[in-house]
Amino acid sequence: MIKYIIKRLVLAFVTIFTVATLTFFLMNMVPGGPFLSEKAISPKAQAALEAKYGLDKPLFQQYLTYISDAMHGDFGDSLKQRGRTVSSIIATKFPVSARVGGVSIIVALCFGIPLGCIAALNRGKPVDNIISVLSTCGIAVPSFVICTVLMYFLGVHLGWFPTFGLTSWKHYVMPVIALSFYPTAYIMRLMRSSMLDVLGQDYMRTARAKGLSQFVSLFKHALRNAILPVITYVGPMTAYTLTGSFIVEKIFTIPGLGGEFIGSITNRDYTVIMGTTIFLATIMVFMNVIVDIVYKLVDPRIKLK
Amino acid sequence: MKKRIALLLAVIMTVSVAFTGCGSAETATSEGKQLAVQIGPNPETIDPALNSAVDGGNMILHSFECLLTIDQEGKIAPGQAETWETSEDGLTWTFHLRDGLKWSDGTDLTANDFVYSWKRVCDPEVAAPYAETVLGMVKGFEEATSGNIDALAVSAPDEKTFVVELTAPCTFFDSLAAFATLSPVQQATIEANGDTWATAPETYVSNGSFYVTEWVPDSHIIMSKNPNYWNADAIKLDSIKFVLMEDANAAYSAYQTGEVLLIKDVPTEEIPSLEGNADFHVDPIIGTYYISLNTEKEPFTDANVRKALSLAIDREYVAGTLMQGTYSAAPNFMGPGWNDAEGNFMDNANGGTPYIDTANHAGNLEEAKALLAEAGYPNGEGFPTITYSTNDSGYHKVVAEYLQQAWAELGITLNVEVVEWSSFTPLRRAGDYEISRNGWVGDYSDPSNMLDLLYSTNGNNDGKYNNPEYDAAMEIARTTTDATERFAALHQAEDILMNDAACIPVAYYNDFWLQSEKITGMWHSAYGYWHFMYADLAE
Repeated sequence: MIKYIIKRLVLAFVTIFTVATLTFFLMNMVPGGPFLSEKAISPKAQAALEAKYGLDKPLFQQYLTYISDAMHGDFGDSLKQRGRTVSSIIATKFPVSARVGGVSIIVALCFGIPLGCIAALNRGKPVDNIISVLSTCGIAVPSFVICTVLMYFLGVHLGWFPTFGLTSWKHYVMPVIALSFYPTAYIMRLMRSSMLDVLGQDYMRTARAKGLSQFVSLFKHALRNAILPVITYVGPMTAYTLTGSFIVEKIFTIPGLGGEFIGSITNRDYTVIMGTTIFLATIMVFMNVIVDIVYKLVDPRIKLK
Repeated sequence: MKKRIALLLAVIMTVSVAFTGCGSAETATSEGKQLAVQIGPNPETIDPALNSAVDGGNMILHSFECLLTIDQEGKIAPGQAETWETSEDGLTWTFHLRDGLKWSDGTDLTANDFVYSWKRVCDPEVAAPYAETVLGMVKGFEEATSGNIDALAVSAPDEKTFVVELTAPCTFFDSLAAFATLSPVQQATIEANGDTWATAPETYVSNGSFYVTEWVPDSHIIMSKNPNYWNADAIKLDSIKFVLMEDANAAYSAYQTGEVLLIKDVPTEEIPSLEGNADFHVDPIIGTYYISLNTEKEPFTDANVRKALSLAIDREYVAGTLMQGTYSAAPNFMGPGWNDAEGNFMDNANGGTPYIDTANHAGNLEEAKALLAEAGYPNGEGFPTITYSTNDSGYHKVVAEYLQQAWAELGITLNVEVVEWSSFTPLRRAGDYEISRNGWVGDYSDPSNMLDLLYSTNGNNDGKYNNPEYDAAMEIARTTTDATERFAALHQAEDILMNDAACIPVAYYNDFWLQSEKITGMWHSAYGYWHFMYADLAE
């Protein structure tokens, strides 16, 4: 196990390094730059800015400097948000996204898994149909639609929840519903189909034949096997949900990290693009390692090599 | 058994719903008389020297005060300086500061703070984007921006007197002395905190009517009344909360619920239902939405072609219908809000008549057809297929599609190329286009600010327009100290520009917003700035 984890960590490092290198050169290939605005600044000011941030150096040299600094934990200063370092931006914004995202993940699991099971146990019955329709809606309806509908009905029309900010529990309700809608629906579907699969297995028939109660056979035998695909999905989902959603954050004015991913690209804020990408890649890679370990815990038949 | 499962699931769901409520449990405490408004997204910077955007400008306007200010009527008014005078040759400007000026931290503010701040704007290490615009005419500017900032001819003979020496007379230097870039900044906090001074309320020492007490990027900025401000007695609000929203629909929801009392970003689809409401306001800002033609490329080298393209556009339809009245039709290049010696520059342009009669589109179209024929393309025959480049935001695509129709009436085929914003600006600047969307919002109300755009060597001359006559007129405006001669030259420049169709003005910008009737005493300026410093809330 330890050997496996070390191996995975080395691989993770290589992955993150590759992602960083590719991102660095790709973003520099895209036209535009961080200091462009509708009104041209004087060539002298432009040159001064480029010199200040080292953008006047050859690209490869910039790359080497960046990688070497990043290895020492220095991800540079934002080129657009003057006076803020990339690390400070991530440090202030990630916790906000993670709080909303964390609650959303729990909600998605708490609703997705039970509803998926219920649908599987009631295959073909009205309950199953209702859940299927709900999950199809959850997958098909884009988040900006959900956000807008929530905002209109719960925020403006009924006035139950505040429409922006994040200072009380009430502020969390609408963003959490919006963020957890898709994963809940997806988990429901995954859970339903894998549960159906498991319910048809011989060992389930054996369990029932032994006279085990439905409760025990379901929770001790079926759920444990059926949940594996959900775990696979939960890894990347957690990474994405924790790091925030551009749309949900924009609509509910949540000062999270999600906006930085898109904002930094449109602004050509090179250091922030690099920082957020490396950050997401790191979380993603580690979530996958964790998923593998959880796999092993849930299903001892799986061997980690 | 099924019942037990159902019960268990119900418990799980209830727990999870309850958990949803477990966020941070801070509740809003009483902030006194607080005004919450939405006037733009998170500013990239609120350091006066570094800012180049209206969003940041609005924050700086409330937290800082320059030597001079601009009042509700758009006139120059005393700010930190109580009086000021110009030498006869127009080369030396002397400002006399008020008594007892203080920073928000209670320390004294003197003329030396202005010396430090203005020199800082020239510092290549600071790389202020507006340095040349606001200080380019000050003696020693070139040397200062090359590294020797002490070469800048600004001085403080005593604690209350600030003197600036210019290389050439600048009749609108008072406008520049009121420009946010030239706000005083405190040397002590900048030296102690470097670039980060303007990111945290504790280090963001300022001298304006309000000072920043909280900034959560992408969420809100709260400013509280500055008790050390010289005119603090006139300030009625205890604090202002600037909600940093980007989404217009979200802003509209917050306005409807009363969480904010003024929103600048109104969803365009709501405009038809809002027009005529007492809380819906439309106010011009000094700026023009125009089309650049690459005058270095055929067939746009021919003035007749350019004029034909310009005249074929129905500006009333574009501004009134396509842009839903949020813009106004532009018969001239210089719209409302620009000033000349006698008042409104626009009223005195072209002998008082608009250059283009926007009400007579049929007549204009006939003239356009005749001009195109004169240029050798009767009914558009032989005219190459041309491309219009634009980015996709606001009404840009709608206008592009309209141009396809409008120019089709001349027999011209237009392709539309939609380019992502960050790629669009370099493309246009490099002249790598045929026709493109363009626009300018004025920094100060002197017409040279926008007429300079067509000067042959100007960095914003995207159409690469090069007309020695035009440059000569602009040169006169730049060097003369006689206001009448100067404005005559500027009017002449606009005559040349419009006669040559150096670019195609389409519409004038307006700001439009929703404002609760509870707000009193605030105003919106032609620069797109919001003045809440003397605002109050009616009960």
